Amino acid sequence: MPKELWKGNEAIAEAAVRAGLEAYFGYPITPQTEILEYLSRRMPELGRAFVQAESELGAINMVYGAACTGARVMSSSSSPGVSLMMEGLSYIAGTEIPAVLVNVMRGGPGLGNIAPAQSDYNQAVRGGGHGDYPRIVLAPASVQEAIDLMALSFDLAEKYRMIAMMILDGSVGQMMEPAEMPAMREIRRRDYEWAVNGAMNRERRILTSIYLNPLDEEKTNLRLAERWNEVKTNEVRYKEYFLDDAKYVVVGFGTAGRVALSAVREARAHGVKVGLLRPITVSPFPYEALNQLTGQVEAFLVVEMNAGQMLDDVQLAVRGRVPVEFYGRPGGVVPFHDEILDEIRRLVSGPLAVSSNPRDSWLTRMYRNLKIAVP
Amino acid sequence: MTTDNLVYERPEAFTETPTHYCPGCTHGVAHRLVAEVLEEMGVVNKTVGVAPVGCSVFAYNYFDADFVEAPHGRAPAMATGIKRVLPDRVVFTYQGDGDLASIGMGEIVHAAARGENITVIFINNANYGMTGGQMAPTTLPGMKTTSSPNGRDVETQGYPIKVSEMLSTLDGVGYCVRRSLHDPKNIRLAKKAIRAAFETQMRGLGFSMVELLSTCPTNWGMTPVASMKFVAEHMVPAYPLGDYKVSDAVKQIKVQG
Amino acid sequence: MQKEIIIAGFGGQGVLFGGQVLAYAAMDNGLNVTWIPSYGPEMRGGTANCTVVIADREIGSPLVKNPPLAVALNLPSFDKYEEMLAPGGTLVVNQSMVDRAPKRNDIHVIFVPCNEIAEEIGDRRLLNMTAVGALLTALPEIKLEDLEKALENHLPEKHKKLLPKNFEALKRGFVHAQKEWDKVPA
Ligand SMILES: Cc1ncc(C[n+]2csc(CCOP(=O)(O)OP(=O)(O)O)c2C)c(N)n1
Ligand code: SF4
Ligand SMILES: [Mg+2]
Repeated sequence: MPKELWKGNEAIAEAAVRAGLEAYFGYPITPQTEILEYLSRRMPELGRAFVQAESELGAINMVYGAACTGARVMSSSSSPGVSLMMEGLSYIAGTEIPAVLVNVMRGGPGLGNIAPAQSDYNQAVRGGGHGDYPRIVLAPASVQEAIDLMALSFDLAEKYRMIAMMILDGSVGQMMEPAEMPAMREIRRRDYEWAVNGAMNRERRILTSIYLNPLDEEKTNLRLAERWNEVKTNEVRYKEYFLDDAKYVVVGFGTAGRVALSAVREARAHGVKVGLLRPITVSPFPYEALNQLTGQVEAFLVVEMNAGQMLDDVQLAVRGRVPVEFYGRPGGVVPFHDEILDEIRRLVSGPLAVSSNPRDSWLTRMYRNLKIAVP
Repeated sequence: MTTDNLVYERPEAFTETPTHYCPGCTHGVAHRLVAEVLEEMGVVNKTVGVAPVGCSVFAYNYFDADFVEAPHGRAPAMATGIKRVLPDRVVFTYQGDGDLASIGMGEIVHAAARGENITVIFINNANYGMTGGQMAPTTLPGMKTTSSPNGRDVETQGYPIKVSEMLSTLDGVGYCVRRSLHDPKNIRLAKKAIRAAFETQMRGLGFSMVELLSTCPTNWGMTPVASMKFVAEHMVPAYPLGDYKVSDAVKQIKVQG
Repeated sequence: MQKEIIIAGFGGQGVLFGGQVLAYAAMDNGLNVTWIPSYGPEMRGGTANCTVVIADREIGSPLVKNPPLAVALNLPSFDKYEEMLAPGGTLVVNQSMVDRAPKRNDIHVIFVPCNEIAEEIGDRRLLNMTAVGALLTALPEIKLEDLEKALENHLPEKHKKLLPKNFEALKRGFVHAQKEWDKVPA
């Protein structure tokens, strides 16, 4: 298929349709609303279900219900709305059914703003909902990647009976890029052995997340952990740039990763041996790739549009063997590439120490760079 | 902001910040009426307002009173919290129809059922203004919005919710009426109702709410004048103006001035 | 090759569509491109801008602080982007909306009476196209014919009758800028 210029949010919506989305449940919120608006037209046109729910709480539980039948369903929202969905996500995880959710992140906490941010990393990757549950989290950096990962989200969610979430910052949602849509897949409602759809010619089935006996709940938790091991083995994805001879490595996901690419290229043009690792799955996280690199590099620089969240994962991988430095723009600010270039220069000019909390020195630099007084 | 032939004087309870509303939007009119009433009652400095998530999220920039800003739909719960620890203050929420009748339906119903002594100003403009004109629970059947592109289809998208009628069935409600802001006469009636609602609260007579039919010329794709006409011709028939509940105790209130 | 362009002006001046036309032309030429708007409440009646990045490799940052190319359709945008432009860059300015001379002398400033040209053609809404046409003087990767093809291929069917006037606006902007270009001191 030829490339077309697609806006991120609409591309995600169409990609979901082509992946066989049977029902969409959502609620308006900027900068994600175009997904809902697009599907409000597209889904009825194809005779598929679209519901604008009364709230995100309603939407995620509609997803919960529909997913219990084995149908391919999803919701999408932005940060404050996703916070409301956390209860539902925990129930979905506890019930071990597949569900897909897109979070087009904006500046927070609280009502914050509608500018692009990456501050829901921890919420997405580490939990948000209560209980001990793993989930797959994909972080596209471009419109094409968002399209490709949308279809993959459904496949992974169903393969592992797990939540697959796509997190992207508002700028990917609002950006237009040439992209190629996959062909329309047919809707295939599989008769999963767990799906609840009427006990015709079979034993009845029950889907629930309640295990009153703690030993049963413990077994459930162990089963989830075991399944997560499979995901960790099979599904880690990331993209490498200039890593072969890199002495310094920048790590960034989504938009922060692609802004870093511009900085890395410019530094390379000045002879600096710097590379970039851009995680595509942030859960499972590419720990092993970073572990391998640790033998070769002098320092890492983590770049995020938040106050240092993925930073913890990089530190887990590097385990204090070489310095890990941090640069972030929280609150809805997208860094320009020259800011990251300055940070790369700082790394190169050294000396750097292994610090357990690179956020402290980052904070000091932020107050200085922004010329604001430390409160 | 509306250009009725009212002689306009900025009430003291209104700050000098120019409003951010679109031309012809009646949010500004509603703000002004509330500010005038609070000022006339002499309670501005004992008022705490609760702003919603919606076009009026920045209401606190315009009222010269203390304010908080609630999560989407939760204003009645925040107002309950404030009122319960400061029972002698005047506490009001200002909410849109998406905020109040969609995501916040649970909070508003229970605040009303508990008979919370708070006042609610409810702006019904038949859509989600702030997010660019999606369908609201109050969107009229057949009305086109960005999330009901072929017009609201009641078969799949449900029927409008009549909030005043619904809440008036609850025993905790002291005062619950619907007014409109589409012409000077109705604006005067709206102001009287807002006064009555706050008087209800001052006397501890239970939950009070004024629903105000409003315009959203920007998302309706109409001129300010056409949108006033739309309210008169389409909104008023669907949402009849009137007093849905005025408790006996509230009926006794005599307002001087 | 990589070029970054910012187009800025009031909401309603066709800033976003102006950028999209460039993006379509770049795509049709087989280049990579990103188009990103400023978004949010400030778009209601306020200023709007979009950034277009064109490259022959994977595009990193879709935003740029100091663009080599910019279009300013009103005075606030002229003020802002004259300051931001990279040294040696080119700024196309809508002369109809500004009343001052440039302050910097290390950039090319091309004045185009966009409103007047658009009105002469008979549709004020075409002012964005005159500016985009003018910009091509400093963007050899895209030819006038590429833009025309882009409009032809991607303009919604219902606007197709406007094509000839769009072409004329692009062309007049381009021709005007070429004449101006000879005058601007580098
Ligand atoms: C939890 C959550 N969901 C969604 C939003 C996005 N949002 C902001 S305003 C709004 C609707 C506002 O509509 P309404 O209450 O009718 O107010 P209006 O703008 O029409 O006055 C929505 C859905 C949000 N901020 N928080
Ligand atoms: S979008 Fe609608 S409700 Fe919001 S300020 Fe504009 S006219 Fe008023
Ligand atoms: Mg509304």
